[in-house]
Amino acid sequence: MTKISWWKLLSVLLLFYTVWMGFMGKVPHLPILNETVRNLYFHVPMWFGMVLIFTASVWHSIQYLRTGNLENDIKAGSFVEVGLIFGLLGMVTGSLWARYTWGEFWSNDPKQNASAVGMMIYLGYSILRGSISSEKERARIASVYSIFAFPILIALIFILPRLTDSLHPGNGGNPGFNPYDQAKHMRQVFYPAIIGWTLLGYWMANLLVRYKIVKQKFLLKSA
Amino acid sequence: MRKSLFFKIIALLFWSLSNAFAQAGTNPIPMADGLRAEGKIYVVVISLLLVLSGVFGFLFWLERRIKNLEELNSK
Repeated sequence: MTKISWWKLLSVLLLFYTVWMGFMGKVPHLPILNETVRNLYFHVPMWFGMVLIFTASVWHSIQYLRTGNLENDIKAGSFVEVGLIFGLLGMVTGSLWARYTWGEFWSNDPKQNASAVGMMIYLGYSILRGSISSEKERARIASVYSIFAFPILIALIFILPRLTDSLHPGNGGNPGFNPYDQAKHMRQVFYPAIIGWTLLGYWMANLLVRYKIVKQKFLLKSA
Repeated sequence: MRKSLFFKIIALLFWSLSNAFAQAGTNPIPMADGLRAEGKIYVVVISLLLVLSGVFGFLFWLERRIKNLEELNSK
C-alpha cells in the first residue's frame, strides 16, 4: 500500500463536503438568484483556484530566472495549463449562471470581458511555449512573459471591473455576499470549496509535471 | 509546525460542519425546499458524489502509473 499525501485526502474530503453541503446546506433566499446562489461553491472557486494556480506558476517562473533549473520551467508551464482548464470551466459555468440570472449568456459585463482578455493572454503564453523549440530559450522567454502577464490578469479581473458598473457582486456598487442574510452559512462551505478545488488543481498539475519529467528522462535516455 | 497545521485543518472541518444540519426557513421566495422536503434530492447528490469518486479514483490510478514509470526510470 502506497502512502497517500495528506493534502490529496484533504482535497477529496473537502470536495465531497462541498458537493454535499452545496446542495443540502442552508442558503439565503434571494429573488432572481433563487437556488442558483449555490453556484458560489462551484463557479467562483474555479476563478479563485485559477488565480492561485497562476500564482504558483509565476512563482516558478521567477525561480527559473533565478536558478536556471528547467524543472521550474516545466512546473510553470504545467500550472498554466491546469489554470487554463479552471478558467475555461469558470467562464462556461459563469455564462450559464448569467443566462438564468442576468438574462444572457454574455452580456458584455466588464468582468466577463476582462476575464476573457485575461484568458487570451494566458492562452498566448501556451502558444508561445509551443512555438519555441529550444528548451532554454523557451523557458527564459516564457518566464519573462509570465511575469508580465500575471499582474495584467490581476488588474483585469480584480481591479478594472470594480472601477465601472458590473453585474458581478462586489463590483461597481453591487454588494458582495457579505451584506446578505445568512451569508455566514455560505462562507462555511465557500472557503472549504476554494481550498478543495485549488488542491485538486494542484494535484492535477503535480501529475502533469511528473509525467513531463519522466517523458524528458526517457527521451534523454533514448537519444 | 506540522502539528499546528493539522489542528488548523481539524478546526476548519469542525467549523464547516457546524452548518451541516441547518434547516431552511419559510420564505415567500421560491426555493427548492419542497424538493428537499419530499426527499430524493439526495439521490442526485449521492450520484454526483459517486461521479466525483470515479474522478478521484482515476487520479489515484494515474498517479500509480506515473510512479511506476518514475521507478522504472531511476533504475
